[in-house]
Parts: sequence; C-alpha cells; structure tokens
Amino acid sequence: MENYMKKKDWILIIIVLCVAACAYFSHQLLRNTGAGEVVVKVNGKLTGTYSLNEDQEITINGGSNVLEIKNGRADMVKADCPDQLCVHQRAVSVSNENIICLPNKVIVEIHSRTDSKIDTVTN
Amino acid sequence: MVFHYQHRSCGGGLFLKVRAAYFGVFTALALIFSYVESLIPFHIGIPGVKLGLANLIIVIALYKMNVKSAYLLSVTRVVLSGFMFGSLFGIFYSLAGGMLSLTVMTILKKSGGFSIMGISIAGGVSHNIGQLIVAMLVVETYSVAYYLPVLLTAGLITGLIIGITANEMLKRLVNLRTGFEG
Repeated sequence: MENYMKKKDWILIIIVLCVAACAYFSHQLLRNTGAGEVVVKVNGKLTGTYSLNEDQEITINGGSNVLEIKNGRADMVKADCPDQLCVHQRAVSVSNENIICLPNKVIVEIHSRTDSKIDTVTN
Repeated sequence: MVFHYQHRSCGGGLFLKVRAAYFGVFTALALIFSYVESLIPFHIGIPGVKLGLANLIIVIALYKMNVKSAYLLSVTRVVLSGFMFGSLFGIFYSLAGGMLSLTVMTILKKSGGFSIMGISIAGGVSHNIGQLIVAMLVVETYSVAYYLPVLLTAGLITGLIIGITANEMLKRLVNLRTGFEG
C-alpha cells in the first residue's frame, strides 16, 4: 500500500490546476463587462429578454420559477423543484454567468448588450 | 457428479457467500454516506460542488474488490440513493459522473505510478466533468463551461480529502479479506 504522494500524483494535480487556470483566464478575457441583459430560456427556447438596469420580478415557465432583478443582479427567488439548487445559488450579474434550474429546464443567462443578438441567433 | 457439486458448494460457495456479504456491507456503507452527505448543508453558491463521501467507499472497493464489483457497487449506490434521497433526474446526473470517474480511476490504477490520492483526485475531477457534460447536453448551452475552473478545483480538493481518508482506511483494513483476492 502506497502511503505517500508519488511523482505522477503531483503531475496530475499540476495539470488539473493548469487547465482550471486556463479555463478561468480565457473566460476572464472573453467576458464582457457593462450593463447587460438577462436572457431566459425554457427547454432551449428563448422566452424573454430583460434589462438588468430595471428592477423587476419575472415569472418563468407559467410560475415554476420566479426571477428577481435587483441592483443590476439577477437572482432566482423561487423554484418548485425539490432540490432548490438554483435558489441557493448566488445572484448573477456578469456576462455569460448563468442560473440553471435543471428539473424545469430553465436557463437564465446574462448577456452583454453588444453580443446578445449573435447569441440569440446561434442558439 | 455429486462429488463435483459438493466440492463446488464447499469451495466456491463459501467465497460467493463472503463476497455477497462484503458487497452488501459496502453497498450499505455507500448508502449511509450518501444519506449523511444529503444531511450536510453544503451550499457555497455553486451547484454541483459536494464532498462525495460515497466515493470513499467506491475507492476502497476499487482496491479491496475487483473492477466489476466497483462498477456494480457504483450503479447500485447511485440508483438506490437516487430513489431514496434524490430525484430521477439526479440519478442520470450522478450516473454519468460516477461511471466516468470510475473508468478514469480504473485506467489510472492499471497504468500504475499513481498513489491512492492521485487516483481519488482523478476520480473527483472526472466526476465533476461528467456531470458538467450531462448539464451541457440537457440544457443545450455551452455557457455552463463557466463553472469548469471551479468544478475542477473543487474536484481536486475533495478528491484529495477522500484519497487521504481512503489511504488511512486501507492501512487499517490490511487484514480485510473480501473474497475477491487472487
């Protein structure tokens, strides 16, 4: 039985950390700050686009989820699924951040204004 | 013919009983760990990040039983705990992570040169990757890749914790004979 970390273990750790760092920095480079909009999709289909600047409460999917936009941040405040993961998740505000409720297939994405139109077409 | 039958029931039958008993114990332990984990509130704002206590039993099984049993144990654990503490959706989710994780762990263990900590880290990381892939397929969006750095790091840390624990357990379980040896 091995009792200590081997050379290959360290290599594995370094590789994982490098990939994580690359993914993080590439996202930092791609992300577009600035007032954006909230895109709501149900089952892959676009159901609405809302501005982050206006404080509002949005009912999604006939009441299964309720999204609150406040102070430029979007937060899921209600979901009828049992696990409540999307409700526990912190509020999103930066481009490409998202809140996903898997049981109801609801996706809430933040898009910056400049690239939002392209994203709508490709999706 | 009769002699042959008796011979088998004495030799192979005993091994089968020992294996069945240990498989039951391992399954029960994995389920208990799944339950304990479902009790711990561990929300740090990112979905999918959890300790993976049940993975400890899978890692131990990988070392103390054979690969086939580890797979069977993993599937049994996921399906049973899914019905008891989770949702049907969670089963597919965990199954993808569990299978990918176990496959990666088996390959790394066979390739050699990795300690149990390394195996467990690879398992934790690939478990998260598997779940992320399912999430991408289900919601049909690629922006979930945003969670990749967090999930990779989380898998690394939890995998290391599980690996260290499994290492300490195996040190104390040297005399455990599960009937899968040799």
